Amino acid sequence: MSDFVHDGWSLYIAIITLASLVACAVLLKLMSTSKMAPGEKTGTTGHVWDEDLQEWHNPLPSWWMWLFYITIVFALVYLILYPGLGSYKGYLGWTSTGQYQDEQKQAAATYGPIIDKFLKQDVQTVAANPEAREIGQRLFLNYCAQCHGSDAGGSKGYPNLRDSDWLYGGTPEAIKATLINGRIGAMPPMGAAVGGTEDVRDVAHFVLSISGRTHDSMRAQRGKAKFASTCAACHGLDGKGNQQIGAPNLTDDIWLHGGTEAVIIETIVNGRMNQMPAHKDFLDEGKIHLLTAYVLGFSNQAAK
Amino acid sequence: MQSQSTYNYTVVRQFAIMTVVWGIVGMLVGVLIAAQLIWPELNLASWLSYGRLRPLHTNAVIFAFGGSALFATSYYVVQRTCHARLFGGWLPALTFWGWQLVIVLAAVTLPLGMTSGKEYAELEWPIDLLITVVWVSYAIVFFGTVFKRKTPHIYVANWFFGAFILTVAVLHLVNSAAIPVSLTKSYSAYAGVQDAMVQWWYGHNAVGFFLTAGFLGMMYYFIPKQAGRPVYSYRLSVVHFWALIFTYMWAGPHHLHYTALPDWAQSIGMIFSLVLLAPSWGGMINGIMTLSGAWHKLRTDPILKFLVVSLSFYGMSTFEGPMMSIKTVNALSHYTDWTIGHVHSGALGWVGMVTVGSLYYLIPRLFGRTEMHSMKLVTLHFWVATIGIVLYIAAMWIAGVMQGLMWRAVNPDGTLTYAFVESVKATYPYYMVRLLGGTLYFSGMLIMAYNVFKTVAGQKPAESVIPAVSGAHA
Repeated sequence: MSDFVHDGWSLYIAIITLASLVACAVLLKLMSTSKMAPGEKTGTTGHVWDEDLQEWHNPLPSWWMWLFYITIVFALVYLILYPGLGSYKGYLGWTSTGQYQDEQKQAAATYGPIIDKFLKQDVQTVAANPEAREIGQRLFLNYCAQCHGSDAGGSKGYPNLRDSDWLYGGTPEAIKATLINGRIGAMPPMGAAVGGTEDVRDVAHFVLSISGRTHDSMRAQRGKAKFASTCAACHGLDGKGNQQIGAPNLTDDIWLHGGTEAVIIETIVNGRMNQMPAHKDFLDEGKIHLLTAYVLGFSNQAAK
Repeated sequence: MQSQSTYNYTVVRQFAIMTVVWGIVGMLVGVLIAAQLIWPELNLASWLSYGRLRPLHTNAVIFAFGGSALFATSYYVVQRTCHARLFGGWLPALTFWGWQLVIVLAAVTLPLGMTSGKEYAELEWPIDLLITVVWVSYAIVFFGTVFKRKTPHIYVANWFFGAFILTVAVLHLVNSAAIPVSLTKSYSAYAGVQDAMVQWWYGHNAVGFFLTAGFLGMMYYFIPKQAGRPVYSYRLSVVHFWALIFTYMWAGPHHLHYTALPDWAQSIGMIFSLVLLAPSWGGMINGIMTLSGAWHKLRTDPILKFLVVSLSFYGMSTFEGPMMSIKTVNALSHYTDWTIGHVHSGALGWVGMVTVGSLYYLIPRLFGRTEMHSMKLVTLHFWVATIGIVLYIAAMWIAGVMQGLMWRAVNPDGTLTYAFVESVKATYPYYMVRLLGGTLYFSGMLIMAYNVFKTVAGQKPAESVIPAVSGAHA
């Protein structure tokens, strides 16, 4: 695809660029005519400002002139070899996209076999392979640690990958799907659906109760009915969640955003919006396979 | 009229004093954000956080410190080399108070998080309009004075000041074009890669015209004056002036190497950045060679030390710049602290030193004295500042090259050798050295403030009579 809406622009760029370089050379040539004979002393221009400001009439230093000419010649040669003059592609046919693709290809040829040999093994086997775990850790530190932490322990809003609690399931297939396509964990704001401020608080205490936290049992009792009618659709009547849609288990006392009364109320009222980005566009199959195995290896839980 | 027979020193004095004040403010913020990079706990409140103070630092040092210095020296130089009082009656005063208002508004809005998000042009549209009013007034005052000059020729310093004023007006108007959605928020008139290109056309020319051409104007007056020697070569002035202002215009795309900017535009940005080397060095040669026959003065005169060392840093930065614009070098240097080092060798070394040297010449003369209160303190300032710069830029060079190498290091299995955070960790020692260098440079400004206070205190503002007959041909 051309960078220009009309070929005239390409021509315009080419002409104005070349003319500018030539103009620099002409200016230099015009001003470099005078030379001094050896031993000749220069005079001033004869102009005086502010009592004593004057200018010598020295010629241009010749090393400087040559430096200037050399850069102009370099520029012209560069424009013949590389893209620059509008749509002219340059003698070498170089493009930055082409360079990137070449490097990708070269990397695939060099490193592909090292990575892809693990594709023949199932994830469980790879997870137990020390060499694969080393590569997996390096990949993890570059692609995952920013959110999940370098120890995979997670932080507020970013799941801990070391426990056996999985939002979307801990099977190799589920982990791989998460890596490839990413996940969007959306909980809608439920404040209005639950009712008034007191109703929300009641539901929060019910949630506290099923996770085994200290709670007001009267409120929990009242909140149970509200939970059943507004929350159970995703989290289940027993609050154990639903991995099909990524609805967290509320009974295990593992909290993505925090498990205090205040934070639970905040979650109910405002909802939550979490996103794990898809990695399929910048990690190939072999690397995703290794990362799946690495993440799986954290969890004590064997694949179901 | 009495006032018409003297130069307008009032506005020069005001800008000269504020240059010192804003220098201290801007560099203090710089020291703070350098410390925040080492101790993130220092991000005490949202309005004291790095992301908001960093644009405050750049705006304060470039436009408050550098801008005030340019106003002060250009107003002084244009009068004395045109043998004419500043044109425009109350307009010079308007530029002073208007510019101070812009600075104060910047100091309030940037920490509050109001920003257009364009680097070095962060101020929102109402302030941009105010800048336009001030800048047009500045142009009227400056060119009005040039037009009513009594000298037959326009002195070289005024070419550079003139080019700086005209070009900055164009840059500001084009890059700040935006669609306001409220008093404090607007969106750029350009989209996508075109916005990026306009931004860096502006950004690099802000360096080229605000921080280079303007300060070359300063250099062309204060070096020959302080050295008591004629400018080395009129011819060189002509060639490097036209080549410099013409070539700088093209260099912006080198900020966007290996991005969505089309390859042809990147190439053009790169080759013109390389061609820029000789025109830039022209200024350095002309300044330094002006000292021929007066080299011995460098040993004893701390003001000349400031001015000549500033040119050395200018030469170094303008060699480094073209080199960093080469695509393959840029692939290593881009996004690293090398860029920060490069900017500061220009900002602290060139802009800061030439400003300080010029002010040490200027301030006593504005207050009826022949020299500063203490020349020993000027010498001390020189050494503190020079050591500060060297520490700063050496630390950033090493840190930058290290980061670039760490980011591209690859294991035998093709994975990256270092996670990003490891490069951050490895940079800490250099951040400490940078903080030390910056603190030294800042302390130099405090020494200067004390010296300026002692020079000015109790002095009557000086008046200087305009020569009745032009000394065109002595």
